[in-house]
Amino acid sequence: MTKPYAIERWTPASRLGLTGIAIVVALFGVAPLVLKAGSLDRLTALFIYIMLAAMWNALAGYGGLVSIGQQMFFGLGAYVTIRIADFGLSPFLAIFVAAIIVAAIAWLLSFIMLYLKGGEFAIGMWVLSAFTHLLVNLDGLVQGETGTSLISMNAYAADNRRIAIYLVAMGSMLMLLGILYALLRSKTGAAIQAIRDNEVAATSVGVDVIKTKRKLFVLAAFGIGLAGALWLCTALTFQPKTYFSVQWTAYMIFMVLVGGIGKFEGAILGAVLFFIIETWFGATGVWYLIGLGLAAVIFSLYFPKGIWGAVEQRFGITLLPIGYKLRITGDET
Amino acid sequence: MTSNLLQAVFLGGNYALIAVGLSFMFSVMRIINLAHGSLAVLSSYLLFVLASKFGINPFLGLLIVVPVMAALGWILQRYILDRSARGGELLPVLTTFGLAILLDNLMFQRFGADTRSLAPYIGDLSWDAYELPGGFMVGKLQILTLATVVVIIAALQLFLKKTQLGRSIRATAMDPDTAGLVGIDAKRASAAAAAIALATVALAGAFLGMRVTFEPYSGGMQLLAAFEATVIGGLGSLWGTLLGGIVLAVAQTLGASIHPQGFLLGGHLAFLAILFVRLLRGRAFVSAWLTRARA
Repeated sequence: MTKPYAIERWTPASRLGLTGIAIVVALFGVAPLVLKAGSLDRLTALFIYIMLAAMWNALAGYGGLVSIGQQMFFGLGAYVTIRIADFGLSPFLAIFVAAIIVAAIAWLLSFIMLYLKGGEFAIGMWVLSAFTHLLVNLDGLVQGETGTSLISMNAYAADNRRIAIYLVAMGSMLMLLGILYALLRSKTGAAIQAIRDNEVAATSVGVDVIKTKRKLFVLAAFGIGLAGALWLCTALTFQPKTYFSVQWTAYMIFMVLVGGIGKFEGAILGAVLFFIIETWFGATGVWYLIGLGLAAVIFSLYFPKGIWGAVEQRFGITLLPIGYKLRITGDET
Repeated sequence: MTSNLLQAVFLGGNYALIAVGLSFMFSVMRIINLAHGSLAVLSSYLLFVLASKFGINPFLGLLIVVPVMAALGWILQRYILDRSARGGELLPVLTTFGLAILLDNLMFQRFGADTRSLAPYIGDLSWDAYELPGGFMVGKLQILTLATVVVIIAALQLFLKKTQLGRSIRATAMDPDTAGLVGIDAKRASAAAAAIALATVALAGAFLGMRVTFEPYSGGMQLLAAFEATVIGGLGSLWGTLLGGIVLAVAQTLGASIHPQGFLLGGHLAFLAILFVRLLRGRAFVSAWLTRARA
């Protein structure tokens, strides 16, 4: 017996999208062979932005947890890397160990922070970030705001190092996007979307809200910690002030709001847009930041679904579907 | 040490002054305004411009800046926050954070990175002190700040209780829809509350500029202090906010006496500890966990 309908998870557009993504990834993979050093560094930055946007989106767009303190995990990722590398571990291993440690810290924090509501959680995280920043300053290795460097990176020749960081950043980005995508398509994903739509209703159908949010909180800390560690690899110097700056969260919010909050593709689009804007206007300094702030205000007021939300609504395109689609076939027997 | 603790109480008055507006706005609109600190710094700059360009004493300048900020609060609520709040409870966080970034950088663009102070424009008040019995010295400015915040809180309480507008603000805070049913214009009440909140922000900015130096990006730290004082005192309670400010300042003073860099750490630690204890008390799972541990 065939049913008069079929359930699909993939659409023609998304199959095309997937092929497109595979091609883009392959192109990025061979880029080190052709691109100059400067361009390669810029692309590494793009990968880190995509990681940041995807992770903030996971937290706010799916978990309903708007945090102004995600720079804490960015700074911690870099700091723990410095600490571990100081013990003699290879920096390329240290970044992953650091990200795992940051995730463990987030797991502990989640038992307090996740019980805070809305704006309280948002600024509570900011306070926590300021607190962590001050604690890191106390470590003799960091020398307060003077900072320190990832000295062990000097063991690698500059060119090889650049390509290695590029590839590790790309791999990290793909890994994070993969984990998030798998999570969203899993059973947890259904719970996550239920929470996003209505927390009370989700609880009533048996979703464990805190447990589900905890997964996103820890994943976001892991991803942003990894991003911070990678940023350290490219920048080499660690000044607590630059890593624990609230500006990082401002960037994340801009990328996700403009791209499309709660949309998997939206965060990526937002990061790419941010990257282009930064490349063109970053040199204008303060006007560029004024523009970012203004964009955040305007998008939150008038286009809360962001660019990708508008595209999806208008054209019905989904490149990376996480839901289910019902197709009526009509051949009832 | 006693002298230090006494200073801390007065410092707490400063924190309470900046926190009052945040707490008031939260209790009425359920919005935590992340641009709160930046708006206070904006007030400091406005007073600075009036003093340095036109020779207007900052206290006289308040006659201009308080109404300006109140009007700004009205506009902010009417055209930005009201719209933002309709999109859910998370959107105002994003809108007001965007606003803070916008304001901070506009101030940087206009006034540059130099730190400023209002102290040169208030004569001896910036350094004059009274000697209290027991030989303790307390700055006149500090006493004036604490007195101001006490007067503001008392006036706000009286206003909320006794006046028509105050009652409609309280009704809106409880339930805007039901307030509408009994003929209260909830939008007008919210806008009035925002205007009042920003009028207190103007005063907070004035005392901030007289007490310490400020620069375009000082707003973030002010917001954190205001938020900490508000939460320590219990969100939405005005007298609690005063207590919260004092607890915050005492914790900072104790922190500083333990470690040279302990001033801010002490304050944050007090905030986190109080948050933790409150959650422990409020959580059902803890009692369940405790009974299991006892069994």
